Amino acid sequence: MALNFAELETVYEDLATALDTVSDAQREVLLCKLSLLMARELGDLASVQEMIQTAKDHLDTKTQQD
Amino acid sequence: MRPEGKGALESLYFEYPRFTAPSREHVIDNNQHKVAIVGAGPIGMFAALTLARFGVASVVFDNKDTFNDGSRAICVQRSSYHALERAGALGPFLDKALGWTKGRTFFRGKQILEFEMPHSDSEKYLPMYNIQQQFIEQYLWDAVNASDLIEVQWCSEVVGVADTDGGARLTIDDTNGSYDYDADWVLAADGARSPVRKMRGKRLNGENFAGRYVIADVQMDHDYPTIRRALFDSESNPDKTILIHRQPDNIWRIDYQLPDGQSEKEAIREDSIRENVTKILRDIGYGGPWELEWWSIYSANTLALDDYRDGRVIFIGDSAHIVPIFGVRGLNNGLADAENAGWKLARVLNGLSDARLMDSYSPERRGATLDVFENATKSARFMTPPSKGWELMRDAALSLSLDHDWAGDFANPRQMEPFTYSDGGAILTADAGVTNVKLGAVLPNEMLSADVYLSDIFGNGFTVLVFGDGDLAKFDAHVEVISGAMIAANYGKAALARVQARLGTQAGATLLIRPDGYLAGAWNGCDVEQIAQQMKMAFGLKETR
Repeated sequence: MALNFAELETVYEDLATALDTVSDAQREVLLCKLSLLMARELGDLASVQEMIQTAKDHLDTKTQQD
Repeated sequence: MRPEGKGALESLYFEYPRFTAPSREHVIDNNQHKVAIVGAGPIGMFAALTLARFGVASVVFDNKDTFNDGSRAICVQRSSYHALERAGALGPFLDKALGWTKGRTFFRGKQILEFEMPHSDSEKYLPMYNIQQQFIEQYLWDAVNASDLIEVQWCSEVVGVADTDGGARLTIDDTNGSYDYDADWVLAADGARSPVRKMRGKRLNGENFAGRYVIADVQMDHDYPTIRRALFDSESNPDKTILIHRQPDNIWRIDYQLPDGQSEKEAIREDSIRENVTKILRDIGYGGPWELEWWSIYSANTLALDDYRDGRVIFIGDSAHIVPIFGVRGLNNGLADAENAGWKLARVLNGLSDARLMDSYSPERRGATLDVFENATKSARFMTPPSKGWELMRDAALSLSLDHDWAGDFANPRQMEPFTYSDGGAILTADAGVTNVKLGAVLPNEMLSADVYLSDIFGNGFTVLVFGDGDLAKFDAHVEVISGAMIAANYGKAALARVQARLGTQAGATLLIRPDGYLAGAWNGCDVEQIAQQMKMAFGLKETR
């Protein structure tokens, strides 16, 4: 079951805070660790694979606006 | 390379023999063998022994005057022990090699994984043995030298391989000059840089990996069991990988990824080697004296020929494929090539099979190589990540593994298991019969009594295991027939029950086992005529017509 918006906002804030507490190099590893942990808990390979693709979408859009 | 002041072959523990070229009279008198093998390394010598196992004579040419000094395999796996045993060459290995079952992986000094290779009382041999390649070659040479069926011409370089009608003509240069040798078949076991491969205009295709490793052998009184150790991001080699293996005679193999900032040229200097090894030994808690035996540099490749056969020339071992060292794949794969080509060629030359049996060699062994590549690529990417993405995920897995056992599995070296054959026609289709072993896989072993195993009672050629009733006398004389009733009578009903449970045989099943120990067919019941007919189709068993 998906998180409600309030819960998701907590994740958003916690993750932002965590990402700011580590170095640039550690930030990438942290995100990879989190992905593996969450993927394992989710227990659904097809969904994870779909989400990897979704996460790749529009990565260049923001760069162009900047 | 060896330390300053040492001769090229001056080893701390091994005496290299010196061979000379045969006399011209001898060469002329012996110019008669149907099989010529190029390369007297472990694969070439083992191929000759496998042919001799079936009574087929061969000649082996090697351009060196002694054993290999550059190539340094150390791990021999269980299936290779069985192959060596079948060729009558295992004896000295049993006394010398160090058996092992375990590996440990460390990340930043903390153990994150201890893996155990599959092993049980059903097995005659341990999953793995460590022994230096020099001893492997010495023991194979002793067996080759004792055989009346094998002629080895040292200091003899093959400089030409031309096709003839129904064979090949080799041109050989030795210290006495040059001569031609006509053979029906040529086995090219001349290694990774195979001159025969070049002479035939063939190329290896595949990938090269970026990471470079130094391989160093040192001698020391280090008190640690025979357990493979892998160290990631250790104090002595930050962000990089180290592998440590124990070998006989107090020799230790240390493989380490080139430290950051060290060029290849710098890394292979003796002072760099000594400095790096000293740090690594300190890391594993060894502070005593040690001596440097030999070192080299290595990078991982997955390269193979598109076809392991070119007319009457058959490529075996590194001449056909180059695999990364992580996961004991080079020597063991080559031995499996040699046995596969050897028993098939022997049947053809002994008139038991048509030459088309040789068509199954490349599909089976190239299939095995591609399977090896898949696993080797996974472990090479973990040991030496080729790009940022692979490095990030590897680092994530290692970091997680400090507190999560499941993440340690990413560091498993995926040691090679014998491949399951399906393509090539030398595995029959079958109507069930067994549940615990796949058709085309190595037949599992089982203990029959305190010192006899199922593999011990198989024949030299094909074996049928009949668990039900059938007119067994109708099987051809070349086929070893073993019935469940015989097992029960000789080893007891409990032994028979163990075999049936291990294999998962259905009541009355019949199994066909190839000369290399692979399950070639399985049937419900034992319709001898039907089985013989299928064997004839697949293996050209003319005599069962």
